[in-house]
Amino acid sequence: MWKRFRSNIGAMVGVVLLVAVIFIAIFAPLIFANTPWQMVQRPFLAPFAMESLPLGTDTLGRDVAAQLAYGARVSLLVGLVSTLVALLIGVPLGALAGFYGGYVDEGAMRFTEFFQTIPNFALAIVLVAIFEPTLASITLAIAIVSWPPVARLVRAEVMSVRKREFVDAATLAGLSKPRILVRQVLPNTVSPIIVMASLMVATAILLESSLSFLGLGDPNAMSWGYMIGAARTVIRSAWWLSFFPGIAIVITVLALNLIGEGLNDALNPHLSRKGKA
Amino acid sequence: MSTTLSIEHLTIGLPEGADRPFAVEDVSMAIEKGEILCVVGESGSGKSMTANALMGLLPPGVNVKAGRAMFEARDVLRLPEGEKQALRGASMAMIFQEPMTALNPLMRIGDQIVEVFAAHDRYTQSERREKALALIREVQLPDPEKIIRAYPFQLSGGQRQRAMIAMALALEPKLLIADEPTTALDVTTQAQILKLILDLREKRGMAVMFITHDFGVVAEIADQVIVMRMGKVVERGSATEVLENPQHDYTKRLLEAIPTGKLPEARQLSETPALEIKGLRKIYRTGGGMFKPVREVRAVDDVSLTVARGEVLGLVGESGSGKSTLGRTAVRLVTPDGGQVMVGGTDLAALSDEELRKQRHKVQMVFQDPYASLNPRQRIMGAITDGPITRGIPRKEAEARARELLEIVGLGADAASRFPHEFSGGQRQRIGIARALAMDPELIIADEAVSALDVSIQAQVLDLLRELREKLELSILFITHDLRVAAQLCDRIAVMQKGKLVEIGTVHDIFLNPQQEYTRKLLAAVPGADWDQQGAA
Repeated sequence: MWKRFRSNIGAMVGVVLLVAVIFIAIFAPLIFANTPWQMVQRPFLAPFAMESLPLGTDTLGRDVAAQLAYGARVSLLVGLVSTLVALLIGVPLGALAGFYGGYVDEGAMRFTEFFQTIPNFALAIVLVAIFEPTLASITLAIAIVSWPPVARLVRAEVMSVRKREFVDAATLAGLSKPRILVRQVLPNTVSPIIVMASLMVATAILLESSLSFLGLGDPNAMSWGYMIGAARTVIRSAWWLSFFPGIAIVITVLALNLIGEGLNDALNPHLSRKGKA
Repeated sequence: MSTTLSIEHLTIGLPEGADRPFAVEDVSMAIEKGEILCVVGESGSGKSMTANALMGLLPPGVNVKAGRAMFEARDVLRLPEGEKQALRGASMAMIFQEPMTALNPLMRIGDQIVEVFAAHDRYTQSERREKALALIREVQLPDPEKIIRAYPFQLSGGQRQRAMIAMALALEPKLLIADEPTTALDVTTQAQILKLILDLREKRGMAVMFITHDFGVVAEIADQVIVMRMGKVVERGSATEVLENPQHDYTKRLLEAIPTGKLPEARQLSETPALEIKGLRKIYRTGGGMFKPVREVRAVDDVSLTVARGEVLGLVGESGSGKSTLGRTAVRLVTPDGGQVMVGGTDLAALSDEELRKQRHKVQMVFQDPYASLNPRQRIMGAITDGPITRGIPRKEAEARARELLEIVGLGADAASRFPHEFSGGQRQRIGIARALAMDPELIIADEAVSALDVSIQAQVLDLLRELREKLELSILFITHDLRVAAQLCDRIAVMQKGKLVEIGTVHDIFLNPQQEYTRKLLAAVPGADWDQQGAA
């Protein structure tokens, strides 16, 4: 599987990009002496004008490069944690629905549809507006709007795996139903879940950026969305203030998507590569 | 006689990383007009590849490396795609193994036949319909007026295969390639389709290339036989020659491996029953809406039978006869609607879920599909020891027992630490048997346990079961559609039809002196039945 993944150039590019972003996020305090909130120079310093400030300064004279690096922390953190939370809600719910069927399935799916009928972004805005906009509440809001597809995917996978004969064999071995679900069925649904999760991290980063852009971000955390939002009024005079965070979002999301695609090809070879007999 | 098709030194290359460099290597064969050539081999022998190459249906990455196939004075392997397309259907046609997937599920049968004419621009629209109707009559489908308007799902397996044949015959091809056309069908249906192909050959004088793994079928219809193994021809000759006087070791082995009509010695059976089924009923209800009445299928209808300790009872019947449902009810993967399943004094049918879980070990099952019946993400050791450990046997003991069982079924103890995908179908079936044995069951239910395997592998697994029966005094309920297999292993045979038990008796009674009309019909339909008896005599 690893071999198939490695032979996929796109996926490897994605890995390299993502590793770079993660590296920058982790070592931001070491690379930049200033916090992203500190005013270090005159405002509106153009990029490459000063060697120590390669990406220039913003409306308040803060270091854009440092802001980008610290923003990576927020984006990645929100992306990862919200995806994890979404999986924690979606996987058990979908698994129970798919495995037990009947009323459990009906109940779980109606509950899921309840969330699916409300547009993602609108629901996220409402949730963040109700809670205080902190990193935790934003992450939770994103998780809450993104678990329904996970539940549906897991349900469908579990339903197909549970009809296979090895599940019958496990039943005959006297294993209890919960044990069959956890030990026999769920491990066989892991591949599509991994693929979906990698793509969900990308979506979560976009959602967080959109929220921050609208001013619903955590006021104490520097994020890419916030940077673009704050710079939109000066987009004609100081293009770099929205351009660089925009590029950062594009690169991170692209990297995650490439990795997701690569994982998909590597984990489900029969779906993607039709060339082999 | 004139030669319809001659394949000369055909070699087909496989993509890199395949288990061998060539799918087919230096294969030559010729089919005369009006002749049926059977290409026989086990899975992976390259027999289907040869046919696909002729039709231009090779999968990507697989291509013809050398040789030619002369048909109507042209080399069909090297024709440009356009000419190939004109050839396909018109003078060369193919029928496939699985008629359900080979037919378009959303098109009416009549339209699919008409489309063949349309694709080759023959006749006017009304003529096409008439021709289609005539074809449907010719392949002896019942009620042609209705069939022409039917969708594939409304037909039975045998009827679909007839429809496929009608499509293949539409443009009066000179060569019909049949790739395992009867493998997915019941014996009685298979006999009908074979007869149809023989009739059509007679009437139209076309050449038939018939691909099969079943020497019984070969005995029924072949004029010439070619035996293939690992992409090479190992033996060729007329049907009588090959069947009665095989030269090559592989052919001999294949012929020996075929379950023959030779009946095993009757054994003395013990009086104590391992399984007693009394008045078992299972009804499936489907449909039932505001305007639709509920449709009831009596899958198992008041069946009573016993399996004595140490006995192998064969349960035979066509698909839909309820034999599998009976098996699944006996292990209670399906809960019956009525009746009793007595195993060692407890009625499995009446237990609550929790009590049942504790009694599960008493009846174990060996499944049909060796690929679906093992969890691909669990090591063999886990698959075998899960059950015993759940029963409270200490892990150490269970693992030791698992290794021992793997030895017994002929795999070796080191198989335990591997994953299922490292094993072949036959080996997996052995693992399935070891898993069932690990529970120390009073009864094993084998549901078509050897049906998915090649004949030589099938023979090995049957040998294993026979050996285990002697060694461990196993009681087995052996469910199969194949009477020949049942004859080899079983002490008694029960025949089921439409959910009812038709006849039950010793193998000798059933085979030599069947009481019921249906049993006689089943026996007569076994391919190669006459040939077997000659062989036995």
